[in-house]
Amino acid sequence: MKLSTSTMAVIAVLIALAFAPLYLGAYPLTLLGRVLALSIAAVGVMVVWGRAGILSLGQGLFFGLGGYALAMHLKLVATPRGELPDFMLYNGVEALPWFWAPFASAPFALAMVLILPAAAAGLVAWLMFRRRITGVYVSIITQALLLAFVTWLNGSQGLTSGTNGVTDFQTFLGVNLRGPNVANGLYWVTLLFVALALCGTALLLRTPFGAILTAIRDNENRTRFLGFNPAAFKIAAFMLGGLLAGVSGALYTLHLGTISPAMIGTAFSIELVVWVALGGRASLIGAAAGLVLGQLVKDRISSAAPDAWLYVMGSLFVLVVLVMPQGVAGLLQGRRRPAPLPTPPSPLTREVSDAV
Amino acid sequence: MDFTFISGQLFTGLSVGSILLLAALGLALSFGLMRVINMAHGEFLMVGGYLTYLAAQWAGPTLGDAYLWVAFPLAFLGAALLGAVMEFTVIRRLYGRPLDTLLATFGISLILQQAARQLFGSTGVPVTAPAWLGGALQLGDVTLPFVRLFVIALALIVLGGMWWLLNRSRFGMHVRAVNQNREMAAALGVNTRSLDLLVFALGAGVAGAAGVGLALIAPVNPTVGAAYIVNAFLVVVVGGVGSVLGGAVAAVLLGFVTALAEGFTSVSLAQAILLVLVVAFLQWKPRGLIPTKSRALEEA
Amino acid sequence: MSKLRSVCTATLSLVLLAASSASAQGTVKVGVLHSLTGTMAISEITVANAAQLAIDEINAAGGVMGRKIVVVKEDGASDWPTFATKAEKLLTQDRVATVFGGWTSASRKSMLPVFEKNGGLLFYPVQFEGNECSPNIIYTGAQPNQQALPALEWALSKGYKKIFLLGSDYVYPRTANLILKKHIAAKKATLSGEEYVALGGTEFSSVINKIKAAKPDVIINTLNGDSNVSFFKQYQAAGYKASTLPVISFSIAEQEAQAIGTGLLNGQYATWNYFQSLPNPANKKFVAAYQKKYGAGAAITDPMAHAYMDVYLWKAAVEKAKSFEPMAVRKAIVGISMDSPLGRITVAPNGSLTQAVYTGVSGAGGQFRVVAQSKGVVKPEPYDKLAFPGKTCP
Repeated sequence: MKLSTSTMAVIAVLIALAFAPLYLGAYPLTLLGRVLALSIAAVGVMVVWGRAGILSLGQGLFFGLGGYALAMHLKLVATPRGELPDFMLYNGVEALPWFWAPFASAPFALAMVLILPAAAAGLVAWLMFRRRITGVYVSIITQALLLAFVTWLNGSQGLTSGTNGVTDFQTFLGVNLRGPNVANGLYWVTLLFVALALCGTALLLRTPFGAILTAIRDNENRTRFLGFNPAAFKIAAFMLGGLLAGVSGALYTLHLGTISPAMIGTAFSIELVVWVALGGRASLIGAAAGLVLGQLVKDRISSAAPDAWLYVMGSLFVLVVLVMPQGVAGLLQGRRRPAPLPTPPSPLTREVSDAV
Repeated sequence: MDFTFISGQLFTGLSVGSILLLAALGLALSFGLMRVINMAHGEFLMVGGYLTYLAAQWAGPTLGDAYLWVAFPLAFLGAALLGAVMEFTVIRRLYGRPLDTLLATFGISLILQQAARQLFGSTGVPVTAPAWLGGALQLGDVTLPFVRLFVIALALIVLGGMWWLLNRSRFGMHVRAVNQNREMAAALGVNTRSLDLLVFALGAGVAGAAGVGLALIAPVNPTVGAAYIVNAFLVVVVGGVGSVLGGAVAAVLLGFVTALAEGFTSVSLAQAILLVLVVAFLQWKPRGLIPTKSRALEEA
Repeated sequence: MSKLRSVCTATLSLVLLAASSASAQGTVKVGVLHSLTGTMAISEITVANAAQLAIDEINAAGGVMGRKIVVVKEDGASDWPTFATKAEKLLTQDRVATVFGGWTSASRKSMLPVFEKNGGLLFYPVQFEGNECSPNIIYTGAQPNQQALPALEWALSKGYKKIFLLGSDYVYPRTANLILKKHIAAKKATLSGEEYVALGGTEFSSVINKIKAAKPDVIINTLNGDSNVSFFKQYQAAGYKASTLPVISFSIAEQEAQAIGTGLLNGQYATWNYFQSLPNPANKKFVAAYQKKYGAGAAITDPMAHAYMDVYLWKAAVEKAKSFEPMAVRKAIVGISMDSPLGRITVAPNGSLTQAVYTGVSGAGGQFRVVAQSKGVVKPEPYDKLAFPGKTCP
């Protein structure tokens, strides 16, 4: 790929983003930081769905694991030594649960932000793809697992703080999270992670690994007959998606100063997928940009006309799949060369439906 | 845990199962035939509930409790019409792209919910069961509320009707033929396009009628459909795609599992237990209880 | 795109800044942050309306310290992160003097760090589980000892000794019941069961079967929203009624009662700091004004009355402090006393209200008739002494 106009545009946007704290007001910057944090999860959706053809409606599960891993650490740091986190006291819990204790260590918690979501995604994927569960089944199972997780979080109030979520953080790695200059720092850290996620994923997808994922998406059986084990590749892709969701969840938790079950539920997980679809599921930049712009527009419209927002959102779902299955990125690309559909109808079905 | 409690829970299982079945039957039909994941299916239940309310408003003053018999055809036709419109405008453009259909129908469900909110308000509307459903059958110490028995009977009638339609009618023969091999059925002269439309509308209509039953025991509000949709999907997946019988068995099974989990642990834990059990079950039988047999290498 | 955006934003904020500094003399901005969409909208829209009514009244009477109040209305969309984001916007972009808002505990918890970080002030109008005492929040709804405990005492005084606790699965019911259990044990009454149903849950056969097995004298109900509709439908179908097994609810007010339907709710009890039927003159005026603006049949609830009064409390505190600065207002508000629709209330040093408690019985049109009331007013206790000994507000 040469330095095309689109690459130049991406670089220009990155530069504009890097200097955003210098010209944006406090609120727009906070908002931008938050949606950038979410865009990392969108990159994960792009890998899992756009590339491997697996539609997971349970990305919130991995997002939540990353977020809670960090939140548990922040909560323990904010709790005076020798005491229990406040919500445990209020729920009659008398000793720190065993799975909380190690999170007092920052390195452990940070490692868990990466390991927990990736391992959970690996386990879920192994369970599913080992039995060759595909397509809509995967969507339903991931959604069911997410619901089970959310239900458990809500129901285990003494261990997880239930619907309220984990809140009231003070410091992170010695930095006062409520200090005056935290906003800019957090923004730049987020942007760094976004850049890392984009570049890392782009490089990875350019290897044979990426090519085989595409092959599996387009025809899993043919890939199997060529001697590859699709399950292994799908598990790897799913783990990467989970890992990115987890990092995104941890950053989002830092931005918001809280994480709760409502933030990771089905609505969140499906919305994530739609922004990726809008931006372009097969394009990295498209996926991330779709989420960022989508969320910014949502902020504006939902402030100005709350009632209209759900109609806009609902129509977007329908229009994106009907009119531009490849999203905005697909439209832009389509002017140069037609991109193939990512989930083409089976040849037979297509012939029949054309004939009738 | 005494005998009365356990028999009460068994009845609960049957009752929950019948509700699941009503919620899932239409879904099993369209999922089975068209491999379409309809996330807006719950909204057909909702539409059925609101039409019950309207029937009570319009016909209640003159017919009294008999409004219920107006509600059933009204809800069936209303939901079926909505389903037909949906199929015609959106779903048929997305055949062969099940994941995209899932997203599009989720969008439609958002629109329908918001429309209900603006038409009827977000509180939901009151629907009262007719007085003759108010009592309960007393079997020893176990109380069987009439309204629960009514819903169980409704589920049985709908199930029976659907069984007859699929296995004893010409329409059903076409549906089964298309289900087994769409191309071959088309080649033999089945108009698959109009069949798709009819089946989808039928599934929606069944959900609408189910919504009448639900309105008697649950609230009628914009989010009532969303409350049932996940469990309805679980029924379809556990039952085996496209199998009405499998769906029925799965619904009763899930009903009993829920009732036992709720009875012996706590109600708040039961849903999580159920979800994990379903995922474990799919490890054992990924194609459900009664899978549709097919020689095709690739299932769309 | 982004540059365009930044240029636009910069220009816009410049214009806004200029505009706001030009008009700063004549007005003061306040935020109203409630869910106008989503599952909580049903409860929160009317609360936002009540706050708006108070603001309109104050503006018509000349404003606060000669300044007209300008409302910045934001939608929390029943989504907790959105509450935090919008709170941040109100405080850092609109620079409002105070915010009236929130309903669920989760929304309050997610806004709390934003208010503490930016030194803002939030008036929170709903009953809650206590155990929180932020210097940046004025909690005017009932503390547990102003709703749950008086209800328990009333039940015991009526001779109901076996108590079943039923709630939605979230923090308020669980904490309120934790406190109730301690007091049930201390009063030598019996806890005959405790069950939680997922928020929005609609299936109660197992719960009712458990109630049947436990044979309680009374149910204390902390179910939220439409779960109440399902519960009362299925409770009635199982052959129960208020005379055989009464239910005392903490989340059913006039509006919810209308939606559930009088047929289902007749004769059941609720405990609040306010009922629409309270006969005091301030309430008569409030009810008349609200119904004139929002429709003659509009139901008026405890959180609405709190939200309406919150605006007047803020006005009184601003005038006492002679400043709009949030922390000065917070300091000045302690000790302020006024005759409100709820009756005589006073702001305690912990930022909550000293207020009366009423138990009402449900009757026609979703209205409650007061059957018992506290002896005088009840002081707010954020930390229950039995359940959380040694905890106090800093």
